[in-house]
Amino acid sequence: MTAAASSEHYYVPEGSKWPIIGVIGIFLTVLGIVFSVNDITIGAYMSITGLLVIGYLFFGWFGDVIDESMSGKYSAQVDISFRQGMIWFITSEVFFFVAMFGALYYIRAISLPWLGGEGHLGSSNLLWEGFTATWPLLNTPGTEYTQVKEAMGAGGIPLYNTVILLSSGVTLTWAHHALKKGHHKQLIAGLATTISLGLIFFGFQAYEYYHAYDAMGLTLNSGIYGSTFYMLTGFHGMHVTIGTIMLMVILVRSIKGHFSSEKHFAFEAVAWYWHFVDVVWLGLYFFVYWL
Amino acid sequence: MSSTATHDDHHHAPPSGFGRWLFSTNHKDIGTMYLIFSLIMLFLGGSMAMLVRAELYFPGLQFLEPDLFNNMVTTHAIIMVFGVVMPAAAGMANWMIPLQIGAPDMALPRLNNLSFWLLPAAATLLILSIIVPFFGGGAPVNTGWTLYPPLSVQAGMGMDLLIFTLHVLGISSILAAINIVTTILNMRAPGLTMMKLPLFVWAWLFTAILLIMIMPALAGGVTMLLFDRHFGTSFFDAAGGGDPVLFQHLFWFFGHPEVYVLLLPSIGVLGIIVPTFARKPLFGYKSLVWGMGVLLLLGMVVWAHHQYTIGMSVAATNYFMIGTILISIPVGLMLFNFMFTMWRGAMTFETPMLFAISIILMFSFAGTTGVMLAVVPADLQYHDTYFVVAHFHYALIPGALFGLYAGVFYWLPKWTGHMYNETLGKIFFWWTTIGFNLTFFPQHFSGLAGMPRRIVDYSVQFVEFNQISSIGAFIFGLSHLLFVYIIIQTVRGGPKAGDMPWEGAQIGTPGLEWTLPSPPPFHSFETPPTVK
Amino acid sequence: MSNRLRKPCIAFAVPSMLLASGAAFAEYKLNFPEPVSPVTREVFDLHMMTATVALIIMVLVTIVIVYSIFKFRKSKDYQADQEFHNGWFGTWSWLFVPAIVLGIDLTIAGSASSTFDLIEDKTPADLTVKVTGSQWKWTYEYMEDDVKIVSSLLPKEEAGDLYLRTVDNPLVLPVDRRVRFLHTATDVLHAWWVPAIAVKKDSIPGYINETWTIIEKEGNYHGQCAENCGTGHAFMPIQVNAIAGDEFDKWMTEQKGLKLAKAAEAASGKVWQLAELMTKGEELYNKNCSACHKPDGSGIPPVFPALKGSAIAMGDISKHLDVVINGASGTAMAAWGKQLDDLDLAAIITYERNAWDNNTGDAVQPSDVKAAR
Ligand code: HEA
Ligand code: HEA
Ligand code: HEC
Ligand code: CUA
Ligand SMILES: [Cu+2]
Repeated sequence: MTAAASSEHYYVPEGSKWPIIGVIGIFLTVLGIVFSVNDITIGAYMSITGLLVIGYLFFGWFGDVIDESMSGKYSAQVDISFRQGMIWFITSEVFFFVAMFGALYYIRAISLPWLGGEGHLGSSNLLWEGFTATWPLLNTPGTEYTQVKEAMGAGGIPLYNTVILLSSGVTLTWAHHALKKGHHKQLIAGLATTISLGLIFFGFQAYEYYHAYDAMGLTLNSGIYGSTFYMLTGFHGMHVTIGTIMLMVILVRSIKGHFSSEKHFAFEAVAWYWHFVDVVWLGLYFFVYWL
Repeated sequence: MSSTATHDDHHHAPPSGFGRWLFSTNHKDIGTMYLIFSLIMLFLGGSMAMLVRAELYFPGLQFLEPDLFNNMVTTHAIIMVFGVVMPAAAGMANWMIPLQIGAPDMALPRLNNLSFWLLPAAATLLILSIIVPFFGGGAPVNTGWTLYPPLSVQAGMGMDLLIFTLHVLGISSILAAINIVTTILNMRAPGLTMMKLPLFVWAWLFTAILLIMIMPALAGGVTMLLFDRHFGTSFFDAAGGGDPVLFQHLFWFFGHPEVYVLLLPSIGVLGIIVPTFARKPLFGYKSLVWGMGVLLLLGMVVWAHHQYTIGMSVAATNYFMIGTILISIPVGLMLFNFMFTMWRGAMTFETPMLFAISIILMFSFAGTTGVMLAVVPADLQYHDTYFVVAHFHYALIPGALFGLYAGVFYWLPKWTGHMYNETLGKIFFWWTTIGFNLTFFPQHFSGLAGMPRRIVDYSVQFVEFNQISSIGAFIFGLSHLLFVYIIIQTVRGGPKAGDMPWEGAQIGTPGLEWTLPSPPPFHSFETPPTVK
Repeated sequence: MSNRLRKPCIAFAVPSMLLASGAAFAEYKLNFPEPVSPVTREVFDLHMMTATVALIIMVLVTIVIVYSIFKFRKSKDYQADQEFHNGWFGTWSWLFVPAIVLGIDLTIAGSASSTFDLIEDKTPADLTVKVTGSQWKWTYEYMEDDVKIVSSLLPKEEAGDLYLRTVDNPLVLPVDRRVRFLHTATDVLHAWWVPAIAVKKDSIPGYINETWTIIEKEGNYHGQCAENCGTGHAFMPIQVNAIAGDEFDKWMTEQKGLKLAKAAEAASGKVWQLAELMTKGEELYNKNCSACHKPDGSGIPPVFPALKGSAIAMGDISKHLDVVINGASGTAMAAWGKQLDDLDLAAIITYERNAWDNNTGDAVQPSDVKAAR
C-alpha cells in the first residue's frame, strides 16, 4: 500500500503504563458485574471503580497520543496505521451487529413459525396448544413471561429519531468540510449541533424506554419481542452514547485548535464511527420498528 | 554470525526489571510473553486432560464427581483453544511478522501490550470459574466448551465468570488481530510487495481478518446468555418465543471459522519449513495464498455442520453439507502443494521437518474424517460420540499444536541465538507422535461402537479403548516435560546459531528475519531495509 | 482375557480393516452395530463408502510421502529440482487438483443427499411415540394408545455388564411397523440415540423433532443420551425391546389395563396409611429423586440440597408441595407435577418427610396434592 513512506522513522513509543491500567480497569469492571449479578454487594463498587479506572485510562492514553501527535512525532505512515486500525475496529463492530440482526432474523423467520406449527416440523404445536406465531410477538407460548399490550410502532419517536440521526450525519459532514476549508467557527457550530442532536436522540430513546415499560408492558421480561427489541436498540444506544462522548472530546480539541485542515485523524475516526452508528440505526429502524 | 552487532545496532538498551515486561511496547518481548503464557497454559489445560483421562481409565467414578468432570472437560477445551494455541500463534506473529517484513515493530505497540496483558486477566477469571463452586457459587460449569443453553442457564456463578472470560479473550483477540492486519498492510519494507511475503505472514493476515469477523458473534451470543441468566430475557427459552438453537448458531458462526484460526498459522509455518528442508521453492505459492482466501470465505458460511441433529430444513442441511465438503478443495490443495514441495527436493530431516511431514499425514487423516462427519446422514450417527473427539484432536494437535512446535524448533535458534539439541528434539518428536496416536486413534473406534462424549462413566464394553487411550495420554503428556527441558536448555546455552541457522532458509520467499543477527537486536529494523 | 487383547490388536491392525465387511466389525464392536432398519442400513453403507474413500486418500498420501522421503533426500545426494514448480505440472496443478477433489466431493454429496431424503421421508406411520428427555430419564408416550412409560437407569447390581446401557422400563416396539418418534425435552437438551434402529435427533425443550424407523429384527437394542445434559448425562441409557407385532398388541392391552387400575386406585378417595405411603414412596423416590438428592437424602451440596434435615422437608407442608410440584426455576429441580400423578407425589413427599430421621409423622394424601396443584 504505502511501503514507500516508511523510509521515514516510524515512531515506536517507549514503555507505557496505560495498557496495564486498562487491564486492571477491565478486570475490576467485569468481576464487579459478575459479583453484582450474583447479589454480592461489593460487586457494584468494584465495577464503578473499574469504570473510573477505564475513564482515567482513556484520558491518560489519548492524552499521550495527543501530545505525541502535537509534537510531530507521527509520520504519515503512523497516521495510516491509525486509520487502518480504526477501519478494522469498525469492521468488528459491524460484525457484532450482523450477529444481532442475524439473531433477530433467525427468531422471526425460523424459530417462531416453527413454534407456531408451520413448516415441515409443524408438530411443535403439540407442546403449545393455541399458540400462534405473530410478529411482533405479543403473547408468548408459555405463561411465565409478561404479555405485551401494544407493539412498538414505526411512527412517532422512532421516526423523529431517524430524522435526528440522519441530520446529525449531515451536520457532522458540514463540520468536516468546514475543518478542511479552515472555517473554525463553522466547525465548532457543526460539531455542537451534532452533539446536541445526539443528546436529543438519547433523550427520546430514554423516554421511549420509559413509555414501553410504563404503558406498553414491553419489558426485558416480555418474551422474545422485548428481548430482541432491547438488545438491538440498547446496544445501538450504547454506541450513540460512546459516539457522543467522543464527539464532545473532539469538540474540545477543535476549540483548542488541535486540528489542521490537512491533519485531523482523530476527527475523521470519530466521524467514521458516528456514520457507522447512523447506518446501524437505519437497519434498526427498518428491521425492528418497521417490518 | 554477528553477536557483536547486537550491541552497536541500537542506541537504547532494553529497560530492566518488571517494567520491561509490564509496560513493554516491544514486539519481541511481547511475543516472548505470549509464548511463555501459552506454555504455562498448556500445562494447565494438559493437566486437566490428564485428570479426564485418568477418570476414564476405569469405568465407574474414581476421582471426579460428574459435574467436576465436565467442568474439567470444559475448561480443558477453553484453555487449549484460547489459552494455548491462539496465544502461541499470536506470540509467533509478534516475534516474526515485524522481522519478516522488515518493520521496526508492530503498527500499534501500546495496543499490542494491552492485547497480551488481557490474557492473564482472562485466565484469572477462568480459574475463578472453576473455584467458586467450592465456595458456594452454585453448580460448576458442566456444559462443555460450547456452553449450550438451557444447561448453561442452570449453572452457577462460574458461568458468569466464564462469560466474561470469553469477553475479555474476545477483546484481546480483536485488538491483536487489528494490530496484525495493520502491521502487515502498512509496515512492509519498501519493495516488499504482497506476493513476496513469506507464507506465514499471509496465513496470519487471513487469520486476523477471520478473528475480526467472528469474535463479535461469540461476544453477542454469550451476552444474550448473560441476559437470559440474570435479566429475564428469553432468547433461548421457547416459553418466551426464543430458541436454544439460536445460541448454537451464534456459537458456531464463531466456532467453525475459529478452527481455521487455529489451523492457519500452522499452515503458514509449514509453508516456511517445508521449502527450507526440501531446499526447493514452495510449490504453488500463489495457489496457497488463494486457497487460504477461499478457505476464509467458505469457512465463514458452513457453521451449521456442528448442528445437523437439531432438525434443520432439508434445503439448509444440504447446503451446509455441500459447503462443508467443498472445504476439502482448498485444504487439499494446500496439502498437495506441501507434498509437491517435498517432491524432487533434497530433503534433510531435522526436528521441524519431522513435525512438518507428520503433520501433513496426520492432518490429512483428520481432514478425511472431517469429510466423513460432514456427510449429514452419517453424522447423525457420529455426532457427539468419541469419533468426533478423535477427529478434532487429530485436527487440533497436528493441525495446530504440532505446527507451532515445529515453528518453535525452527525459530528457537533465531530467538535465542543458540541451537537446540537435535537429538533431544528428535526424541521429543517420536515420543509425542507415538503418544498422540496411541491416545486418539482408538477413540475413532470407541466412538463408532457408541461411546458418547462428555460422559464421566462408561459401560464396560468400551474399557479396552479407553485404557489404551489413557495410557497414550500419559505418555504424550510426559513428553512435554522434555519439551520444556529442551527450551530451557536452548535459552541458557548451546552451540551458537548463525544469522541463518538453516541452510535452505533463503530459498523461495524467505523473510527478512535472516538478515538480522541471532538473537535480533532489541529494536528490530530501525531503518527499513529495501527489498528488490 | 484373550478377547480383551484381541480388540485393541484389531483396532491397530492398520485401518485397512475398514475395508472388511461390516458384519465382522459389528462382532468386535469396532464399528457401528449391525443396522436393523432401512435408514440405519443406508447410513451404514454410506459410512463404509466414505470410510473407504478416506482410506484410499490416506493410502495415496502416504505413498507419495514415503516415496519422497526415501527418494528425495539429501543424504542420497539427490539434487533439488529448482524449476519443478515452473514446469507444466506446477503451472496447472492448481486447476486439476481441485477438479479431482471436486469430483470426489460431489460423488459423496450425491449419495449422501439421497440417504438424507430417506431419513426425512414423511410417510404416515403406524405408531407414534413421543420421546421426552428429562434430567435424567426418558419418558415414552404412545400417542395413539395414551400409554406412558418412564424409563431410567438400571442400577449396577441389576444391570451387570450392561450397566449404563440398560434401563428399568425399556421402550417396547413392534417389528415391521413404521414408528414415528417425536423428540422433545422438559429441561435441557438431550438426544435420543439408538444406533441400530434410528439416527439421533436432538430433544429440544419447547420444540419437537421427528425421526422414524421400521425395525426389521426382534431383539434388544441399546443406546445412550447423546447430548450433554449435565450431571447425569452419562447415566441416561436407552433400551428398545423389539417384539413381534401380535405380542406387542398383547403387551399394549396389558399396559392399558394397568393404567386403568391405577387411575381407579387414585380416584378411590381412599385415605392412605403412613406405612403404605412410605413403601410406595421409597421406591418412587429412589427412581426419580435419588439421582440428585441421593438415596440417603444427603444430596450433593452445594448444588443439590440435602433433604435429610432440610427446612423445607421438615417444615410447612405447603412449601414442600410447592417446590416438588412446581420445581425451582433456574435450577435442575424440575416441576414434578407435570410428570407424576397425585398418588405418586403424595407418596414421595410423605417419604421425604419421614425417612432419614426427618420423622415428621405427616402422611400426605393424594387429595392434598390435588388441592396444591
Ligand atoms: C484445527 C481444527 C479443525 C480443522 C482444521 C477441522 C477441519 C474440518 N472439520 Fe472439524 N472440528 C474441529 C476442529 C477442526 N476441524 C473441532 C474442534 C470440532 C468439534 C467441536 C465440538 O463439537 O466441540 C470439529 C467438528 C467437526 C464436525 C462436527 C461433528 C459433530 O459434532 O457431529 C464436522 C462436520 O462436518 C467437521 C468437519 C470438518 C471438515 C470437513 C474439515 C475440513 O476443513 C477438512 C479439510 C481437509 C481435508 C479434507 C484433508 C486434505 C484433503 C485432501 C487430502 C484432498 C482429498 C480429500 C477428499 C476428497 C475428502 N468437524
Ligand atoms: C487445541 C486444543 C486441544 C488440545 C491441544 C487438546 C489436548 C488434549 N486433549 Fe482435548 N479437547 C479439546 C481441545 C484440545 N485438547 C476440545 C475443544 C475438547 C472438547 C471439549 C468439550 O467437549 O466441550 C476436548 C476434549 C477432550 C476429551 C473429551 C472429553 C469428553 O468428551 O468427555 C478428551 C478425552 O480424552 C481430551 C483429551 C486430551 C488429551 C489427552 C490432550 C493432550 O494432548 C494433552 C497433552 C498435554 C499435557 C498433558 C500437558 C503437559 C504435561 C504435563 C502436565 C506433565 C504431567 C503429565 C502427566 C501427569 C502424565 N480432550
Ligand atoms: C435434576 C436433579 C434433581 C432431581 C431429579 C430432583 N431434584 Fe429436588 N432439587 C434439585 C435442586 C437443584 C434443588 C435446589 C433448588 C433451589 O436451589 O431452590 C432441589 C430442591 C428440592 C427440594 C427443596 C429442598 C431444600 O431444602 O431447599 C425438595 C423438597 C426437593 N428438591 C424434592 C425433590 C423430589 C421429591 C424429587 C423427585 C420427585 C426431586 N427433588 C428430584 C434437583 C433435583
Ligand atoms: Cu440426557 Cu445427556
Ligand atoms: Cu466446523
